[in-house]
Amino acid sequence: MGALLELSDVRARYGQVAALHGVSLTVEEGEVVSLLGANGAGKTTTLRSVSGTVRRTGDVVLAGKRLGRASPEAVARAGVAHVPEGRGIFAELTVWENLRMGAYTVRRPDFASVQSYFPWLQDRRNQQAGTLSGGEQQMLALARAFLSRPRLLMLDEPSLGLAPLVTREVFRVVSELNQKEGVAVLVVEQNAAVALAAAQRGYVLETGEIVLSGTADELKSNDAVRSAYLGY
Amino acid sequence: MQTFFQTLTTGLSDGAIFGSLALALVLIYKATEVINFAQGEMAMFTTYIAWALMGHGSTFHWWAFFATLGIAFGGGALLQQTVIRPLERASVLTAVMATIALLVILNGLAAWIWSPQLQFFPSPFPTSSWVVGGVHISKQDVGTFGVVMACVLVLWLFFRFTKLGLAMRAGALNPDAARLMGVRTSWLLALGWGFAAALGAVSGMMVAPTVFLTPNMMQAILIYAFAAAVLGGLESPVGAVVGGLGLGVLLNMLGQYVHPVTSELRLPVALGLLLVVLLIRPAGLFGRVVVRRV
Repeated sequence: MGALLELSDVRARYGQVAALHGVSLTVEEGEVVSLLGANGAGKTTTLRSVSGTVRRTGDVVLAGKRLGRASPEAVARAGVAHVPEGRGIFAELTVWENLRMGAYTVRRPDFASVQSYFPWLQDRRNQQAGTLSGGEQQMLALARAFLSRPRLLMLDEPSLGLAPLVTREVFRVVSELNQKEGVAVLVVEQNAAVALAAAQRGYVLETGEIVLSGTADELKSNDAVRSAYLGY
Repeated sequence: MQTFFQTLTTGLSDGAIFGSLALALVLIYKATEVINFAQGEMAMFTTYIAWALMGHGSTFHWWAFFATLGIAFGGGALLQQTVIRPLERASVLTAVMATIALLVILNGLAAWIWSPQLQFFPSPFPTSSWVVGGVHISKQDVGTFGVVMACVLVLWLFFRFTKLGLAMRAGALNPDAARLMGVRTSWLLALGWGFAAALGAVSGMMVAPTVFLTPNMMQAILIYAFAAAVLGGLESPVGAVVGGLGLGVLLNMLGQYVHPVTSELRLPVALGLLLVVLLIRPAGLFGRVVVRRV
């Protein structure tokens, strides 16, 4: 049994500008992997090359199946839930409608377990999603992604614009979903400390290339990572 | 007072037709930001199909009405997939030009197939009236209003309460996010064009008995529908219907009570009104001003 997600030599470009110069990485079943790197290192593009929202070359294999030129909707149906940069909430729809959209491809959605992970959503179900706070929107995006019963959850900067306490809460829920539901997570973060605390393994991207990889503990004690991303 | 109510019912009936066509425009605009200039000709063309199904005769058949809705739906979806979808990556203006081409093509095709002559199109409703408290209420007006509003209601229920309707709304708001949820947006756009075409067919079949069937019959009505849609804010389905009804009532009232406004002046007045509203409220009566943070 191979890895759940395997990228080999993935390259992508925006017009003339190359964003990824051959990225290879794996995410095992049930694992949390974080992808670290500075702004513009290609973290977002790596996620987008999986979800089919950017053109790429190289192989992306999900649970033994090559994704090829699969469209975003096909990748989603194959079991990848991508919470994009900026969360992709339908601001004009209600919380409940957003959740129903998450369950769009699922025949019998499990709203009850979402309820147990995100109890506060119940009281807000008729509120317009755009009026939620940033942290609540991130939680809604998570709940919505979870409703699609993904095998792999891809999170793009979940901490963006959130207070440290809220960030910690978001990552607590991510860990809980991973441990109790067995969802594998690939998370892109600038906040390396939080990301490495939640992850088992990590990769460091620099200008479109993986420059370092290892277990979370190895990365935490690596001098280069410490000075560049952890700040001590 | 009696004249007032009679004018009101005729206004609402006219307005329902403007409103349904305006709603069809808004459906497509909201999903793709394309203004479909062919909307009127699509309605006209499908009305000819209904007329052919009714055996070019003088009796209205409801089965033909519903068959036409089905044909219009399929035709609209087909046009989206064959003409509009390939232009997805082109600019919006390119797609708008394509709809103008469609307008001309459908108009010419209808004249070629069915001749440009005026044809009689039967009404499903009797020409008699009810008399309520001295007010003559035309059964045709009430029937037209009822049929159009019933179709609008069905559409509203679909968008409000079904999963597919929700997905269409979500896809219109944020197509990229919707695709990440597994929504096949391109297919839903075809569905949207289908609904718009069917709604247009309703307005065509309802207006044809009063304006007669010709290849040009929807052109003025399309302009009223544009006015109604813009009045409502272009993004608002409710605004389009209310805008249509308001415009219909206003034009009939002006025709009735302000004598200089003869039928020749109806179109200029409608567009004059449109300009005034846009000067005062650029986003339309029901539109929201979009503030972009930079």
